[in-house]
This record gives sequence, structure tokens and C-alpha cells, in this order.
Amino acid sequence: MSVMRFREAVRAAMIEEMERDSRVYLIGEEVGHYQGAYKVSEGMLERFGEKRVIDTPITESGFTGISIGAAMVGLRPIVEYMTWNFSAVAFDQILNNAAKLRQMSGGQLHVPIVFRAPNGSAKQVGSQHSHSMEHFYAHVPGLKVLAPATPADAKGLLKAAIRDDDPVLYMESETLYGVKGEVPEDPDFVLPMGVANVAREGTDVTIVSWSRMVHVSLEAANALEKEGISAEVIDLRSLRPLDEESLVRSVHKTHRAIVAHEGWPYGGVGAEVADRIQRLAFDDLDAPILRVTTRDVPMPYNAKLEQYVIPQAPRIVEAAKKVLYRA
Amino acid sequence: MSELRAPTGGRDAQSDASKSEIPPDLGLYRVLRDDGSVDPTTDPLMPEALVMRAYREMKRLRLLDARMILLQRQGRVGFYGACTGQEATPIGTALALQKDDWVFPGLRESVMMLVRGFPLSKYIAQIFGNSGDVLKGRQMPSHMSGRDVNYVSWGSCIGTQLPHAVGAAWAAKLQKKSGVVVGFMGDGATSEPDFHNAINFAGVFRVPCVLMCQNNHWAISVPAARQTASPTFAIKGRAYGVPSLRIDGNDVLAVYGAVSKAAARARDGLGPTFIECLTYRIGAHSTSDDPTRYRSQDEVDGWMKKDPVGRLRRHLVHRGLLDDARDQALEKELNAEIVAAVAEVESLPPPARETLFDDVYGAMPWHIAEQRDELLRGPEAPAHGGAGH
Repeated sequence: MSVMRFREAVRAAMIEEMERDSRVYLIGEEVGHYQGAYKVSEGMLERFGEKRVIDTPITESGFTGISIGAAMVGLRPIVEYMTWNFSAVAFDQILNNAAKLRQMSGGQLHVPIVFRAPNGSAKQVGSQHSHSMEHFYAHVPGLKVLAPATPADAKGLLKAAIRDDDPVLYMESETLYGVKGEVPEDPDFVLPMGVANVAREGTDVTIVSWSRMVHVSLEAANALEKEGISAEVIDLRSLRPLDEESLVRSVHKTHRAIVAHEGWPYGGVGAEVADRIQRLAFDDLDAPILRVTTRDVPMPYNAKLEQYVIPQAPRIVEAAKKVLYRA
Repeated sequence: MSELRAPTGGRDAQSDASKSEIPPDLGLYRVLRDDGSVDPTTDPLMPEALVMRAYREMKRLRLLDARMILLQRQGRVGFYGACTGQEATPIGTALALQKDDWVFPGLRESVMMLVRGFPLSKYIAQIFGNSGDVLKGRQMPSHMSGRDVNYVSWGSCIGTQLPHAVGAAWAAKLQKKSGVVVGFMGDGATSEPDFHNAINFAGVFRVPCVLMCQNNHWAISVPAARQTASPTFAIKGRAYGVPSLRIDGNDVLAVYGAVSKAAARARDGLGPTFIECLTYRIGAHSTSDDPTRYRSQDEVDGWMKKDPVGRLRRHLVHRGLLDDARDQALEKELNAEIVAAVAEVESLPPPARETLFDDVYGAMPWHIAEQRDELLRGPEAPAHGGAGH
């Protein structure tokens, strides 16, 4: 074990996998000479050279398509977007090609590729830089979507993503990059996709979350504890595939559930989680499932307004009390 | 590409400039003259057996396309995009490539699979989308893939296969593999962002690829003049630092010559080439289109005179390699081959319904297995009127 920041864990995963497998490459804007827009790839150009850490022209759709082509014929690219927001201009390549080539080719082709970038809100970067893109991508069969919250999970899941033979979208967070945590040093520390983690055990209410919001949910759980409410926090880590069993197991114990996530509520992953729980654990539920999400508006720039829009711990506390009929 | 010279009096060339001054991206490289003879100054010296093979493939495609459109009209297949009038380009290209090369086609190049060795019956099974189809009934006809022949489905969104082609070439370069990659587009696709993406990366990364633009003058109903204000499509390559040329796409010798040279350049590590092939879509865009609504019969008739199959036939007659009797015998033989292949596969059953859930991922996740099991517990789907429904 060693203590690492989230960004270092992401970097360690890439370095280990690139050393393990010469077919793995990192490609994107500013990943090489600039050392990464968020310094995630710091030192990697020096370590692996320009043929494996590749600075590209500014065309997300271009280097996405090129990497899909390269993946089809045997490379295993890691595609970094400066943020997931900018993947919007590459959406067609991800939706229509990465996600479908295996199926469309009758299994003759596959696209072993990882797309990664920071996702969700940052700080005062306005509506076009604050999207939670996991909701869009989790909709698509053929894709896998991961959203870790801790440095250890960041490393273990990214290594799994790079070793996977299907396209995996990996969500980081600008506000998580500095978070520290213990990370296993074993080069074969690989976490399975589709397995949630109980980030905090509790008995009264389940809070389902992922990525940065796990930390906000833990903050809410601490506040609830002071009021005598024991909250269990489930960190999904993987949004597609989704760990239904962990959800059911938790709700079976607590009889109440809240989903707390960044991104809009309408048709989001939170709605999917709520559907699964009501379908699979209906008899266990003592209250409706509530969602605490980014408000259903484009993100404002003003710092104060932004904080109203991003889900905060007090809103989770309030929702917990509501499902416990203590509000 | 200086050796690929401008035409001697080609209709589309700039006749006011002396031929040595016309740059290849504004000129028109051609070999076959209208009378069936060849221009000795541009002749790529395609081996005789390959010229005969080209004719056979072009003729078979002409007959196959007619047959498939007939089947679509009869409701026996769902969709078809014919290559009629443009056969020289994909076939000339396929004959200039090697086994290890890859093809990322557009709508009208499926025949390249056949030229590269894909069996006709399996090809037709893909059009029926039945259990004989290696794509398991999942892809529209004319959007095929054949891993055995390094041929990858294009993207219906137009042009998205071009970055794939460049990426595959980039991978070949990085892995020090010998293959060259050919990417195809129509004239309309040059307006798409992915054309820019692909040719820009190809130039910057200097990858071993050949980008082929089939300028057939119409993107469904939109004429080439509404796609670009450039004098040619080939000239666009200049801005990307990619050597580019315009060729007579209805001249199979010119296509073979130009692609052979471009592929050799790529193999020698000299980077990409962009080739505009001047041709014409004689038929409809697809079976979903009615071209009489946007273009005149006079225009079509004018291009019929430059029909690539007819031009090659005149050349073969000129060389004494073909006469009417042999041509008719060949036609009979090819038609019989097509009819037999259709008969062999048409009555195959549809793919088993549980195969719907295969290949979404490498390993089937539980939630997809659950959907499969649910479907299998339910009733069989009702019989349909035809493959297209």
C-alpha cells in the first residue's frame, strides 16, 4: 500500500498497463508535452516517448475515430478528453462505432478502448464545462461506464478497463484529482467491473452514489449520525454494468433508499437505480425512493448559484429525513 | 505523384493549360481512350490476366446489382445500394491491393469483398440477413464486414469510417506491419467533419493510407457543386499536405495505376495519398431513392456513354481479348453463378432469436442474459412479409 492522490492512481494504472502491454497507448490533447491538462499524464511522455503518448490536433471526433480504427486492428488506445464535455463532438464515433462494431460485424471485430476524462462539475466553469456525461453514455448497450470515487478504485478499475476487450468509459472528476487514499502497489491489482462497494455501513437508510458524490454522501451520513440516523453509503463505482445485488442487499436491511448524483434527474442513472430497487425490493421498501441530483437547469457560472445547483450534503440529509418520515 | 500526368484532352481537364502545367489535383489522369485504345504515356501496364479479371468482376457486379435491386423490388430483401456506373473504382482499387491491406469502404464498394475472396453466397446471405450471414442478420445490406478479407463496415452517418481507416493505418505504422489501408468516401462525405479529421491526421501522422473519393456527382439529391466551391475535390488534399490527384474513375486501368502507385508510396513510408475518382451514379442512391426528381435523363444518358464496363469491353475487343460470343458466354456464366448463389441461401432460416443478444459485449452481462431468457420464454415472433420488414 502507498498513499496516492487520485490523479497519481490514474497515472499509475496507465503506466503499469503500458509497461505490461506494448499495444496500449495514450492519445489526446495536451497529454504529452503539456503533461496533461490536469497533469494526470505527467512524466509519461518522457517515460514512453512520442509514439505511445501522443499529442493530437484539436479534434475529439478525429482522435476518437482514429483510435477506434487502431483498436479494431490490434492496438489498445487510452483516449483522453480534456473533459468529458468535449466528448460531445465525438459522440457519434462512440455511439455508432465503438459501441456497435462488435454487434454489427457479427462478432468479427471488437474495439478494446478506454475513453477517460474528468466529468461533472468543477468550479465555476459554466454550463458547457459542467456536464455529467455518464448519464448519456450509460444509456448505450455495448459500452461500459465506470465512475470511481477513491484512488484505490481509480487504479483498480482503470487497469480493468484497459485490459477489457470492449469500450470502457471512465469518469474522473476535477475535484477528485487531489483526493488522497491508500492504493495497493500490486501490478495485478485489478477490480472487477459491475461490483459496488459499501463505502459506509448503516442500518436506517441507503444512500446510493458514485464518483465525487460518494464523498458528499459520506459527509451527509456523518451529519445524519449526529442526529441518530445510521446511513449506509453504496458506492456503485460501475454504472454499466450495475450491481443490483448490492442495492437489494442494502435496501433489504435499511428499507429506504436515496440516490445522490451529479447530473440532471430527468432520465438519469438515478432513475435507473430507483427502477431496479422498486422492482427488485418493492416489499422491502418503507418509503418512496428519492433522488438528490443537480437541479434540472444548465449550470450557472456564478459561484453561489452554482452551489445551489450542485447537490450538497444538506439536501441529502433532508432527503434521508424525508424517507424516515422525520422531516 | 508527378508521374501521374494530366489527361490528353480529357473532357474534364482544363483544356486551356498545357498538360505538363496542370497539377495532378486539378488534372484528370486517364489511360483508356474512347476508342478502346490506351494512352501509352499513362498506361500502368496492368497485367493482361488482371485486366480480364477486372472485366469479369465488373460485369458480375453489374449483373449482381441488377439482380439485387430486382429482389428488393419484389420484397425479398430490405435495402440495396448499387454501384452501377462506378464499378471501375472499387474493382480497380481491389485489384491493386494486397492480402494484408485493409479496406474501410463507403456505401458502394462492397464488391471489394468479393474481389478479395469473400464467397458470393455468403455475400448474398448478408443481403438477406439470414442464418447464412456472417453478420447474423444485424447490418443493413451494403454495410458489410468481412474480417477474413480485412473489410470493415462503413458508418451510416457518413464519413465516420475515414478516421477508422487512418487509425488502422496509424496502428500498422506503429506496429511495423506491412499493410496499407484504403478508406472510401463519396463526394458528399468531404463536407463532413470526419473527412477533415481523417485527412488531417493522415497528413500529420504520415500514415500508410490511400483515401479515395468517389465523386459520382450526386449526394442523394445534392449536386457536387453544392458540396464545395473548390474546382475539384482532390485539391482539398493540398491544404492538409497530402499529395492528391484526380483520376478518371470510370477507367479501370487508371484506377489500378493510381492506386498501385499510391499504395507503393504508402508501403515505402512516404505517407498518404488522396485520390478523387471522377465517376457517375447511373442508378438511384439506394432502393429508397427516386433520382428522376432531381436530375435529367440527358445527364444520365451522357454518362452512360462513358460507362466503365462498356469502355473496358471496347478495350478488350481492341486488344483482341474479347468478342461478342465470348462476352455473351461470360454473361450467361455469371448470371448462372448469381442465380445459383441466391438459390443456395435465400431459403435459409432467420438467425436464431437468442443470437440477438450475442456480441453486444465480449462476454454477455447478466442483464442481457436476462433479456434473452425473457424473450425465449415468450412466443415466437410472427412471420413477416419479407426480409425488409
